[in-house]
Amino acid sequence: MKAIDPIILTLILLVPLAGAVLVALAPDRAKLPNWIALLTSLLTFVLTLHLPAHFIAGQRGFQFEVNIPWIESPAICYHVGVDGLSLWLIVLVGLLAPIGVVASWNAIHTRRKVFYSLFLVQQTAMFGVFVALDLMLYYGFWELSLVPMAILIAMYGRKDGTKAALKFFLFTFIPSAPLLVAILWLYARTHTFNFSELQYQTASGVLPASALSWCALAFLFAFAVKVPVFPLHGWLADTYNEAPVALAMVVAGKLGLYSMLRFHVGLFPAQARAMAPLLIVLAVIGILYGACLALVQRDYWRLMAFAALSHLSLIVLAIYGLTFMGWSGAVYQLLSHGVVDGAIFLLLGALEIRYATSTIASYGGLAAKLPRTVTIFVIATLAMIGLPMLSGFIGEFVIFSSTFALVSRAAAIAAALGVILGAAYMLSLVQRLFYGPESALVSSKPAHDLRIGELAILTPLVVLMLVMGLAPSLWLNAIQTGVHPPLIKNNVIVSGACAAATYEAPSLVATPELAAKCESLQEAQR
Amino acid sequence: MILSLHIWLIPLLPLAGFLLNGILGSRLPRWLVSTIGLLAPFLSFVLVLNAYALTSYSAVALPYVETFPHPWIAIGGLRADFSFFLDPLSLVMLLVVTGVGFLIHIYSVGYMAHEEGYARYFSFLNLFLFFMTVLVLAGNVLLLFVGWEGVGLASYLLIGFWFQKPSAAAAGKKAFIVNRIGDFGFLIGIFLILANFGTLNFAQIAQVLTLKAAWHGGVLTAICLCLLVGAAGKSAQLPLYVWLPDAMEGPTPVSALIHAATMVTAGVYMIARTHFLFDRAPIALAIVAIVGAATAIFAATIALAQTDIKRVLAYSTISQLGYMFLACGVAAYSAAIFHLVTHAFFKALLFLAAGSVIHAMGGEQDMRKMGGLRKKIPVTFWTMTIAVFTIAGFPPLAAFFSKDAILYAAFVSGSGGVFLWLVGLLTALLTSLYMFRLWYMTFFGELRTADAHPHESPRSMRAPLIILALLSICGGWIGIESFSAYLAPSVGLHPAVSSFPHLELILTAFAVLAALEGWLIADKYYRRKTERPAQLAAALPAGYTLLANKYYVDEIYDAVLVKPLFNFSRYFLGWVVDTGILGGIAWLLAGSANLSGAILQRWQSGNLRSYAAWLTAAAAVILLFVFHASIGSYLGARGIDVQLNLHWMGH
Repeated sequence: MKAIDPIILTLILLVPLAGAVLVALAPDRAKLPNWIALLTSLLTFVLTLHLPAHFIAGQRGFQFEVNIPWIESPAICYHVGVDGLSLWLIVLVGLLAPIGVVASWNAIHTRRKVFYSLFLVQQTAMFGVFVALDLMLYYGFWELSLVPMAILIAMYGRKDGTKAALKFFLFTFIPSAPLLVAILWLYARTHTFNFSELQYQTASGVLPASALSWCALAFLFAFAVKVPVFPLHGWLADTYNEAPVALAMVVAGKLGLYSMLRFHVGLFPAQARAMAPLLIVLAVIGILYGACLALVQRDYWRLMAFAALSHLSLIVLAIYGLTFMGWSGAVYQLLSHGVVDGAIFLLLGALEIRYATSTIASYGGLAAKLPRTVTIFVIATLAMIGLPMLSGFIGEFVIFSSTFALVSRAAAIAAALGVILGAAYMLSLVQRLFYGPESALVSSKPAHDLRIGELAILTPLVVLMLVMGLAPSLWLNAIQTGVHPPLIKNNVIVSGACAAATYEAPSLVATPELAAKCESLQEAQR
Repeated sequence: MILSLHIWLIPLLPLAGFLLNGILGSRLPRWLVSTIGLLAPFLSFVLVLNAYALTSYSAVALPYVETFPHPWIAIGGLRADFSFFLDPLSLVMLLVVTGVGFLIHIYSVGYMAHEEGYARYFSFLNLFLFFMTVLVLAGNVLLLFVGWEGVGLASYLLIGFWFQKPSAAAAGKKAFIVNRIGDFGFLIGIFLILANFGTLNFAQIAQVLTLKAAWHGGVLTAICLCLLVGAAGKSAQLPLYVWLPDAMEGPTPVSALIHAATMVTAGVYMIARTHFLFDRAPIALAIVAIVGAATAIFAATIALAQTDIKRVLAYSTISQLGYMFLACGVAAYSAAIFHLVTHAFFKALLFLAAGSVIHAMGGEQDMRKMGGLRKKIPVTFWTMTIAVFTIAGFPPLAAFFSKDAILYAAFVSGSGGVFLWLVGLLTALLTSLYMFRLWYMTFFGELRTADAHPHESPRSMRAPLIILALLSICGGWIGIESFSAYLAPSVGLHPAVSSFPHLELILTAFAVLAALEGWLIADKYYRRKTERPAQLAAALPAGYTLLANKYYVDEIYDAVLVKPLFNFSRYFLGWVVDTGILGGIAWLLAGSANLSGAILQRWQSGNLRSYAAWLTAAAAVILLFVFHASIGSYLGARGIDVQLNLHWMGH
């Protein structure tokens, strides 16, 4: 199997793309596009599992790395690699793909070829964002991840798709422009797009500080909109409300938060440190603001949007707390959020297909009719609100306790208030959907509990929530090697010669070669 | 040879029961569901007895620890194990939890026989036992928190067992959310412990404190107050007690097990478990005592005016938990646990007997419609009678000893102790009064409903009643001295000594007199002159309505907290901020984008794909521009910082 190591990432990137082409070429007969998409996404998922299986947990730096010059000038390389930070996020994207196909199975009837091929292109783009180590390549994938999304929202919006798509487009494309400019400026000054090289350059103090902070701001702005961070969340509720379920479950969070951690904090540690107080405040506001608004929503997609704002803000808090423990917690929470949200989206999507509405008040009393749905929904809800022994608790607890001990007590306490509100809005949702007497809508329709396909996907998710709650070290070990400093004592960033930042930045900042470089630099200075 | 007690099986067996019944239960025959449901707590109980026997004959030394080889969470400075810790305190709790738990499981077989969700019921009940035993056995704060949240979950599921009833679903949700408010405090307490001790392990925390003998107050007070918030949530103390009366929406055996005998005492257990912290925080301890005393008398007054038989018992539970907090607050932890044990017996008995009454009345819970049931359901009557006399505190029944120990400890606890004792004494009188009121209204006089046909309950329900009645009689005979001596390794000895001779005897006499007085008043008002309560209510309308409406606390919370939060969220955050301000800004920005689009009329098509195309084209132009090395150096040579470029291109 080892022979596959050098090409595994390329395979992961190409298989969905090939699937997309296949869907586009194959006839739109019976369920053919669905099946091709399902098999492709399952195959990709299996491929992503190769990464953790052969990942060397104790080893710092990037693994499965490929670095091939692509364009000579400008020096763009096909440079991809995986470390502890991105490892499980890639698997998560792989896992969510088949879930997305199953969620779309009965929801998408028209122009299925377009839908599934764009869906698969979107997969490639997301994988690309997580593996790219060349900034230009990264930017390409980043932009590519936005296009299919915008088109699909416009085409398949449930109520007013074009409007939501335009909003999404304006919110996410416009901030990408300064991001591109910043990347290009960096290239103009350093003549490299190589991530590790750039890390060294930004930390070395060669670049003018004021320009660097503008650069960092451009990066941050693009990512903050994509997460989203309060008050840039304007697109989120409409997008959740309109986007096909398969896309809504991946549109927020992962890409933006990962990028923040690797490309904002990782590339611009000093600038991130300067921005941290502001982001902590925004994150705390986001947690409470999202939770308060989730309490009063009448539509469950909008409720989930504000809940997502609240949960993702917690991860932002963890990232800008700038502690290793917080970062580990952030990545873990991101994984948990992906799994839990995936399950909840699938279930809510299934309800919308069956009852053709997402207005909460139309529901009621479903528990007796759909016992399997309610069981899984309640478990996912409990995982979401952080019940111990389920996945949500671990990340939440690690984030809260590290924030409390190392960052800011006030921020931790204010953020922990979100725990109370989280229970309030999620349990209210459960009550209004499933408990009480049957509503008119519910009694008027035949009761179809989860199909075998939905169960086949949801049962592993439930098991995953449990295992993630009981044995977090299965994931945390790899994650920690991703965000912790290298073993060498003189961390690049901490050392005096490279005094761009006074705190220890993630390992992504400091591969062994770079550290060696920096050490030699120090010696030369002496 | 070191004997293994296999205490990890004590929680694991109910978990297995939960999984079996939860997953397969709906397809299994009832007898099998009951067998699985009963076997799990029974085997756990046997294991606890085994542990008790082996430790009391010194075959195994206490404290005894079993730790799962792999840590649960290990990251940075945070480490939490799955470690189970057995000492006299947890052993006593386990005996109560699995013993009373098993009895209530038996009772449930009869009580729930006609329910559709029979398997669901037993799986949830087993789930509760799982979490409760985890809570009791936890060797570190985080594992205790697991059990703590878990019992809350089981309680939520069981209160909302009849989820078609909107009131039951709402009560379950309320219980969970109010508990979450308490858990918020608990969590902050855990963070404080972690930040100050660097460990969550009980034994290690105690060790650190022994090393730092001079460490008092300060952050320890903060930790204890946070823990108290958690305890007040779970044990239904002021101001977080509001969920417990509503929790009576659940099936009666659930009220007996979870909302009387075991789960609600978790707060008391937690304070006793972390007593080494509280001992160093006198201010926090004083607040515990005040909260306890206030809750005891507050809830007792409400119980006076309730007409729903289960709600009377619910307020009674809150009041009795107040006693336990009062005991903890004067550092009489063993007295608190003693009362916890006797309370588990008599309160479980009261609830089960009340359940039997409700069963006999075909689901009726309003005491105004009962009466004269003495002859119709004799076993229920006699067991209930024992329970009523026990809770009132008549010798030589169990609660007499435990309540006495608390009142004595309060009296001798120094300044303010007399006041605490007075409150406790008054509460004892009120307790006796409302319990005899219940007794008379239910069993004496004439039946006040025409269409009821009371019948005695089946044997599976009567047997637990009789066993619990025996325990309520003898449960206190061990005496506080030997009980304290047994618990001393866990909670320390806090000898309550007084220089005044015969003080204990005098205080006892007061307590018994108070109980007797309560009985006499009840006898006069609810047996001999049954028209008097109504006249009294008419004479004091304000006072009566206040009590009957439970001091309007729910309404006040709703008006002061819940409604404003919702209105603030909906109107201010939702309309003003989100739609108004943020939406407005986005709209303005989009408008200006449109405006510039209008100026560039020729390229503006309003079409998404052309936007994308333009963006790509623009990017390509920029790319060419910046990469053209000559341009870069040209700018550089003229000292123009590329920052300017950034300005230019950003806008």
